[in-house]
Amino acid sequence: MATNAISQAPGATAATTPEVRQPSRLTLLLRYLRRNKSLSIGLFLLFLLVAFTVVGLLAVDTAKAYPLSVRTKQPPSLQYPLGTDFFGRDLLAAMVVGMWQTALIGLLAGGIATIAGVVLGFISGYFGGPLDAGIKGISSILLPIPVLLIQVVIAGSLDKRDVTIYTLAFVVVLLAWMGPTLVIRSQVLSMKERQFVSVAKLSGMGDLAIIFQELLPNLLPFIVASFVTAVFAAEFSAFYLAVLGLGPLREPLLGNLIWSAQSQGAFFNGWWWWPMWPALAMVLILGSLALIIMGLDEFANPRVRRSE
Amino acid sequence: MTPLLEFKNVTKTYSRGLLNKSFTTALNNLSLTLEEDEPTILTVAGESGSGKTTLAMLMLGFLPPTSGQILYKGKDISKLKGDDRTTFRREVQAVFQDPFAVFNPFYTVDHLLTVPIRRFKLARNKKEARQRMDESLQAVGLQPEDVLGRYPHQLSGGQRQRINVARALILRPKVLVADEPVSMVDASLRASILQTLQTLQRDYGVSIVYITHDLTTAYHISKSIIVLYRGNVMEAGDVDTVIKDPQHPYTRLLIDSIPWPDIHRQWGSTGIKVQESEIHDTATGCKFAARCPAVMDICKTPPPLYRLSSHQAASCFLYRQQSEIEPEKLSELLPA
Amino acid sequence: MDEPVLQIKDLQVTYYTDLGRAKALDGVSLSLSAGEKLGLVGESGSGKSTMALAVMRMIKPPGRIEGGQVIVDGVDLTSLSNEEMLEARLSKVAYIPQGAMNSLNPVIRIGAQMMDAIKAHIPQMSKADMEARCMEALQSVDLKPSVYRMYPHELSGGMKQRVCIAIGILLAPSVIIADEPTSALDVVTQRQVMETIDRVQSHLGAAVILIGHDMGLMAQFVDKVAVMYAGRLMEMSSVRDMFLDPKHPYAQALIASLPNLDNKGHFQGIPGRAPSLWRLPTGCPFHPRCQYAMDICRTEPPNFEPLPGGRRVACYLYTEKARA
Repeated sequence: MATNAISQAPGATAATTPEVRQPSRLTLLLRYLRRNKSLSIGLFLLFLLVAFTVVGLLAVDTAKAYPLSVRTKQPPSLQYPLGTDFFGRDLLAAMVVGMWQTALIGLLAGGIATIAGVVLGFISGYFGGPLDAGIKGISSILLPIPVLLIQVVIAGSLDKRDVTIYTLAFVVVLLAWMGPTLVIRSQVLSMKERQFVSVAKLSGMGDLAIIFQELLPNLLPFIVASFVTAVFAAEFSAFYLAVLGLGPLREPLLGNLIWSAQSQGAFFNGWWWWPMWPALAMVLILGSLALIIMGLDEFANPRVRRSE
Repeated sequence: MTPLLEFKNVTKTYSRGLLNKSFTTALNNLSLTLEEDEPTILTVAGESGSGKTTLAMLMLGFLPPTSGQILYKGKDISKLKGDDRTTFRREVQAVFQDPFAVFNPFYTVDHLLTVPIRRFKLARNKKEARQRMDESLQAVGLQPEDVLGRYPHQLSGGQRQRINVARALILRPKVLVADEPVSMVDASLRASILQTLQTLQRDYGVSIVYITHDLTTAYHISKSIIVLYRGNVMEAGDVDTVIKDPQHPYTRLLIDSIPWPDIHRQWGSTGIKVQESEIHDTATGCKFAARCPAVMDICKTPPPLYRLSSHQAASCFLYRQQSEIEPEKLSELLPA
Repeated sequence: MDEPVLQIKDLQVTYYTDLGRAKALDGVSLSLSAGEKLGLVGESGSGKSTMALAVMRMIKPPGRIEGGQVIVDGVDLTSLSNEEMLEARLSKVAYIPQGAMNSLNPVIRIGAQMMDAIKAHIPQMSKADMEARCMEALQSVDLKPSVYRMYPHELSGGMKQRVCIAIGILLAPSVIIADEPTSALDVVTQRQVMETIDRVQSHLGAAVILIGHDMGLMAQFVDKVAVMYAGRLMEMSSVRDMFLDPKHPYAQALIASLPNLDNKGHFQGIPGRAPSLWRLPTGCPFHPRCQYAMDICRTEPPNFEPLPGGRRVACYLYTEKARA
């Protein structure tokens, strides 16, 4: 037996029991990924999408992502692997730029929503009192409101010429912070009752030190999970706003490509490749994020964590 | 001379419900003093709901009393400022029940010891800090190299609980509130932790308030005892007398139900009146009356403490021919 | 002695984790007659709860039962199909897990929870029969029939624990396994719960295994004590022999560390610390902490052998004497 062989080392005195060696963090991570299928598939898909975008940005001429840069309405060929559209955009270049912009909106909107959620959630959960009542009240009232409707109204009332991808990100953030706030708040509420917080007080820690050094590190899995969820929601909102033609019309955003393909009757005219690529990309982006969220949920809730 | 820590007629009530407010008295009119020059080990015993944990929280300043005052070195702890506050925080320390929950799972166990050193500026440099950690770990019987740098789950319950004691020790406290420090530790390791507490009292001059429901360990470690039931003192005095010769019917029942690990000492035959549900008693009299085998009519009024000997008193009308003792003088019964 | 109602033969349980393989139970064998009360003691991690779970076939991955038999009333539980085992769980062996009282569903009435337990095991029983069973069970744990219509939050901790015992005995099992049934209760309630188990047991004539680390409770309640260490049985004796004349050095240390009324202020622990199941020492797992350790203890684990007086001990101190 392998375990016994170790302790049978010559001269091993009876008093020393051999220590349990903890496998390296990398080994544990790889083992964990093997168990958590949805997380690993999601991460793999995301890696492919990132690789496509990064390689594309380096290798493809992004100027061709804008109208009148190439011959129009070409089906996929060696010269234009993904074809070109009615306006004379190379769809490969358009997809590369579109993916990059989509990622940017998602990260920006998801990031701001998460940061707002963490700050508000901590204030609300840790300090309690009237501030808590206010933050919790507003979040709970806003949460069930149909976000789509409000976003369409806001985005629709903006002057189309001024809409940039940043404006779009801003519109998305406006109604995306309540989810993370409520999640973080409930976690803080339960964690601040844990005994190590009392001990930290006895050790002389003040409120800020307790928040940053004791609570925040333990909430990282939840913060990461709610960040990915927020990115997912942001991507989705940005996508449908653009499909409805409420996005920055000049940019080859994935939703915009579909909107323009649809408004030019791409399917009737047999330009099937035009809406297909952005639709496929969107499915992959949302799918990979959804898989990651499912995987992280299991990670952040050890009770449902799978074992070997 | 001002006592080190003083409870003056402290009462704590919790209210619940917004419209139909109902009040629960967790601790009723308790007065208690701990002297600085006579470090002692005092047991506060009681079952869940007796108010013993509320007492600990009040003593640590985590809860404000509803009425009465808690004084540390003569100053009200709810009004401490600046240096006084820091001193109080450093000198009144605690060891909690669950030897796992007190560790932040994110950090190695070192965190528990480095934080107080940094916060109270107990060391000028890293080397000195490490020295202090080593000293306190050795004082609780641990080898620093065995435990430092590890995560809590890699250590045994006994090791973790001793690190907790070491954390308190590093601050050189005057009062240590030990809230069920051994109830979640394996029986074979309890002895070493209790011994550590005793050493703290004897060699480091720390007064220990040992909060427990386990009268076996209380008997072994402490000098005096206060038995609480639903926030009220039932019996108090010298631990040997109270445990070997309990007078209050509640204490008798409690002591009769201790499962002594001794086959010559079997559970007694005192009948137990079952507490059939969580009664919200609004009764003004003796809280134990509903379960008491010796209940009388007079028990509908609250019984005062009757002095039974110089070091024993019980709050029960069975002893009404004895002299009464005011609740403020409870500490006189407790030998140091 | 009549035919044992429970026989455990060479039970092996292994956990496969990130840290490697851990033998949580290594060849545990014991038998219990009807009406007997066995106390199973050991430090945390000694395998006492694993044993209960293994008997119930409730070991969850990454753990696996790797060998051995559990025979109740002549039926080998390890050979049953999952459906048969489900039925056996309440009708042959009842298990009252640690903290059982917190596992009651807070929004369902006690009666409905009891009915559910029966339905899960014997779906064909009529409703009236089931209700009668529930009432009888409640009565046998000294609870009023009114408890049947109550919600868990209306009951005190001790009452909830007695409800769990009532659920456990609904189908009159031959063996009751209680894992630290009183660990969260105060001494008075604890005594009450133990007295309830005692009465129920003698009424049913069932065998009881009480798992715990409180030697005091063992002294008050059981007939036989089995001491576990690192997944193995070290000693099994009558409660009297165990307290007055323990044989195994570990049992001796355990008994010596107990506080009682006559040795105030005397604290004696067991030196050293329990070994990790992932890296057990060779030979007898206790040898690094044993003051009598001999050469053979370091290489070969001792067998769990009988001693006069119906005791069994796994220690070379006695087997050699027995041979000589």
